[in-house]
Amino acid sequence: MLELLGDHTVQNVILGAVFLGITAGVLGSFAVLRQQSLLGDTLAHAALPGVCLGFIIAGGRELGPILAGALFTAVAAALLVLALTRLSRLKTDAALGIALSFTFAVGVVLLTYIQGTPDASQGGLDSFLFGQAAATLRSDLWIMGGIMLASLALVGAFWKELKLVTFDPLFAGAIGLPVVLLDVVLTAMIALAVVIGLQMVGVVLMASMVIAPAVAARQWVKRLEHMVILAAAVGVAAGLAGALVSALGRNLATGPLIVLAASAIVVVSILVAPGRGLLWEEAKRWRERRSLRGRQVLATLYELAAHHRDPRFPTEAGALDAYHGLETGAVLARLERQGLVRRASHMPDEGLHWTLTDRGHAEARRVLADVGGEAA
Amino acid sequence: MLQGFFSNAAAMIMLTGALVGIAASLVGTFLVLRRNAMLSDAISHSIVFGIVVVWLLTHQQSGPVQIVGAALTGLLTVFLTELLVSSRKVKTDAAIGLVFPALFAAGVLLLNLYARDVHIDTHTVLLGEIGFVWLKTMTVAGLVVPQAVVWMTLVTLVNAAFVFFLFKELKLATFDPQLAQALGFAPTFLFYALLALTSITAVAAFDAVGAVLFIAFVIIPPAAAYLLTDRLVLMLVIASLIAIASSVGGYGLAVRLDVSIGGMMAVMTGAFLAVAFVFGPRYGLLARSWQIWNQRYANELRALLVHLYDHEDTAARAEENVTSALRDHLSWAPRKAGAVLERGLRQGFVEREGTVLHLTPKGREIARDLLEPWRRYGT
Repeated sequence: MLELLGDHTVQNVILGAVFLGITAGVLGSFAVLRQQSLLGDTLAHAALPGVCLGFIIAGGRELGPILAGALFTAVAAALLVLALTRLSRLKTDAALGIALSFTFAVGVVLLTYIQGTPDASQGGLDSFLFGQAAATLRSDLWIMGGIMLASLALVGAFWKELKLVTFDPLFAGAIGLPVVLLDVVLTAMIALAVVIGLQMVGVVLMASMVIAPAVAARQWVKRLEHMVILAAAVGVAAGLAGALVSALGRNLATGPLIVLAASAIVVVSILVAPGRGLLWEEAKRWRERRSLRGRQVLATLYELAAHHRDPRFPTEAGALDAYHGLETGAVLARLERQGLVRRASHMPDEGLHWTLTDRGHAEARRVLADVGGEAA
Repeated sequence: MLQGFFSNAAAMIMLTGALVGIAASLVGTFLVLRRNAMLSDAISHSIVFGIVVVWLLTHQQSGPVQIVGAALTGLLTVFLTELLVSSRKVKTDAAIGLVFPALFAAGVLLLNLYARDVHIDTHTVLLGEIGFVWLKTMTVAGLVVPQAVVWMTLVTLVNAAFVFFLFKELKLATFDPQLAQALGFAPTFLFYALLALTSITAVAAFDAVGAVLFIAFVIIPPAAAYLLTDRLVLMLVIASLIAIASSVGGYGLAVRLDVSIGGMMAVMTGAFLAVAFVFGPRYGLLARSWQIWNQRYANELRALLVHLYDHEDTAARAEENVTSALRDHLSWAPRKAGAVLERGLRQGFVEREGTVLHLTPKGREIARDLLEPWRRYGT
């Protein structure tokens, strides 16, 4: 393992995955909270023509121009969505789909155009479709690191404003924040997140890298500060897992591996996140149902005792089952462990009976007082 | 003669493109109107998973098993998305964006792992190979016909039949789902049927245009048609015509420029959308600007007439009803004041006598109508 870490390619892949995870996690948090997840999908697909343009202009596979081109066309696609929704009667979903498929089609046309030109060393461009972590060069890392620092600086500098616009755009507008400008900044941030993932994840699946870490993080924490940090961590974890398997393994495309890793984290988070996860909710519901049953049985015993004017009135187990319409054995056993009821022998052949202890009486009175019933 | 047509590669490519476009537009129209356009994105990505799984199990790249598999995958996508949404942990947009990339990623990995040397590679998955549709043929009624054409014809007919026979129900479920529900037309079932047909269309079109370009055929022609008409029937017809024109035009351009045919066809749909966006008769950019400009034009003239009418028989008339007052009292820029007055004079609402402006009877009628509209109905 240590040997592997010494490997040049593996080092590059790890660094790339870290840069990607942090950027996509942090910037994606805003996109998900603003319910603009699918804009990430559109911008990711829209990066393809930019990749091709960058390639054509630079005359080769150089990451700098390619990412610049991708950023340019992603922002252009965002503007196209804006123009279609503002200036025509088309709705957001149609506008997103139009921008996505049209820009991707232009990208496909450019891609085949490049493949048709004789002097281009076109081998590398396909890897931008699904990502190829192993192709990451040291020089690429400088660019990716630079983009990460720039986007983190952007978020840091406008933290308060971005937070307000994300959660309460109307209020932000009312106190005089430039909402439209911040909108543009947030959209540009999605484009940045998309661009940084091109090398590792590719254009087709980058949307998931923007969405999944943020959704996973959201399950665990409530505050934006924590969410952003956790999303970055999730992004790094997914990026590392996918990129390493891809770089070491059987020449699998990196993008799908990273996306599956991130999706797995999302599923786990939705299930087990403390307090909010589905399993926790189920457990809480189960506990509540159990405790409710205990209180019901206690109250029944109490009222029967009161009715018979005998605090130690022994109630038959079968009668309790019938009265509640379910097996009360487990409930009574638990109440017994808590010292609220005890077994009583009424007559030798009459089977099991239960009676309230003194503490059981006190507890039953408390329960009845809580629900507003009268305690005799 | 007929065989000549079916053996003509160019004709077959254009025909396939047109059929993909028509079949996709038929379902896409309703998706766009229901504001579920992005579901086509989700479905067309995730059927890759279905196609690969079915292929691994049966080694059939097309045919009935694939079609059933695709329909199931499409429904699975929507089901998983709605499951996520109903857990209330994730909003709809994020749920869509979580489900289909995961399925798509799984499909691509399976391809990477098990299907390395076969014809469906990752490149085809995304882009399709419409240029080669005429290579794989089958015999139908004594004619040698490309497989893609046969399958796409069948799917187009199924979609057309669905839309034709359930037109009333679809229309109601699209525009007023509550009423459709109340009347017992099962809009949810119709919606799922629509999505199943979208998936089937996607898998039939898969060889030709791939997963991503298919989205262009589903969304863009109906969106362009939506900008051109208010009638559902016309929208379906216009969308289909745009799809046909795009595949013919796209083929021509692609051959001339030597680029991806499927990609160029999709780009052409975008070109038609751009035309509709700018030149649409009612909702186009130009038509709307013209309406706004017209309205402002009319309002300025009305302001002038009302101003003159207000001061017509008053002492301040000599001061108010002169050209300079338009500048000082209505705060109009001199150029604007001049232009509005010019229009009033030309249209015969205003007369000039020295520096004083008079209303003509026609102009007075308009001003009075604006200020005391009830007079129109008599007293």
